[in-house]
Amino acid sequence: MKAKIATTWLDGCSGCHMSFLDIDERLLAIADRIELVYSPLVDNKVFPDYVDVTIVEGAVASVDDLAKIKKIRKHTKYLIALGDCAINANVPSMRNPIPVQEIINRAYVENAFIHDVMPKHPALPELLARVMPIHEVVPVDVFIPGCPPSNDTIFYAVAELLDGRIPDLTNKTRFGA
Amino acid sequence: MAANGQIKIFTLKIDGKDVSARSDQTVLQVCRENEFFIPTLCHLEGLSNIGACRLCMVEVAGQRKLLPACTTMVSEAMEVTTTNDKLAHYRKMTLELIFSERNHTCSVCVSNNHCELQFLSQKLGINHIRVPYRFPKFAVDASHPYFILDHNRCILCTRCVRVCDEIEGAHVWDVSGRGIQAKVITELNQPWGSADTCTQCGKCVNVCPVGALSEKGRSVAENTKRSGFLPYLTARRKEKI
Repeated sequence: MKAKIATTWLDGCSGCHMSFLDIDERLLAIADRIELVYSPLVDNKVFPDYVDVTIVEGAVASVDDLAKIKKIRKHTKYLIALGDCAINANVPSMRNPIPVQEIINRAYVENAFIHDVMPKHPALPELLARVMPIHEVVPVDVFIPGCPPSNDTIFYAVAELLDGRIPDLTNKTRFGA
Repeated sequence: MAANGQIKIFTLKIDGKDVSARSDQTVLQVCRENEFFIPTLCHLEGLSNIGACRLCMVEVAGQRKLLPACTTMVSEAMEVTTTNDKLAHYRKMTLELIFSERNHTCSVCVSNNHCELQFLSQKLGINHIRVPYRFPKFAVDASHPYFILDHNRCILCTRCVRVCDEIEGAHVWDVSGRGIQAKVITELNQPWGSADTCTQCGKCVNVCPVGALSEKGRSVAENTKRSGFLPYLTARRKEKI
């Protein structure tokens, strides 16, 4: 049976997904063992009921991220935090010492040359007071630090999981790698 | 050391292995000589030892508490344990607390790939921090013509304080505040650029294990350090060369 794999991004830059795609032709080698059921790379808009491995890039920064990660955790067997944003909130968390309203005001009013109004629309998710690593919100099974982790590291981690092992990445990557 | 200043030779056990040591050596020195790995951050060869970072904690038979290897002198028949589950647990926890206290954003730090904190976290197998980050608000002092002080990255090892006092003899640096409020300061908490006592030698920058002190003009991952000068300098001064 093929392993059901999902990937998603929260507050990140998509660099980890780029690194994931840099696995290149080795993806073909594992293609017949996996089924990509949900990802920014595929069309499915609804998170499936059951996923074997979900790879999450990015930190938890908005109410939308919060709802997403809780839902993912509920329907996922192995949750992988991919990259520094997911693991230590990284660059997105640099706003944490400053109140949210001050930041939004700075970006959309103080520094705006035209249309200087605070953004407000039902489709815009509210920012949380504090950007958090994923494991502060839900339990995480595998951590892959790096900004971004190298394609070799990601491939190794995925291959190990497909073989039924929890990958040991101590010698392969680190914060900021 | 004996009362008359004579140095003795002791025999002690480190992780079950017999080693000999001079009576004026610390447990850390003897462990390193014999290639037992002990992590350190505040220790630096050539500076005084203060036992601040608590990463070099070891077990000594007969002692109820863990002892910092850098400030514990050797003694005859001492039995030292450098590695076990308990020590690994405390070392990891200590390092994680250091990470959680300030804003160590490795990916955009001047010291990325040249950082002792970053390397040690990997060496000790830390892939996430189990305690919540504090995300404190700290300033950056860029008033000095050549150097930058970023409190966000500081781990309060006080290597800068000691090298400036003990080696350069200028004593520009100090620590102000207590506990979580503690921070390194120049002169009486004046901007570094206005510190008349600073000789601009850069020793503090080169011994800083992290990205707290850096040379101006260095971007992400460009802040290489050269702390190798220190043991030579102190050795030469001892011999009055």
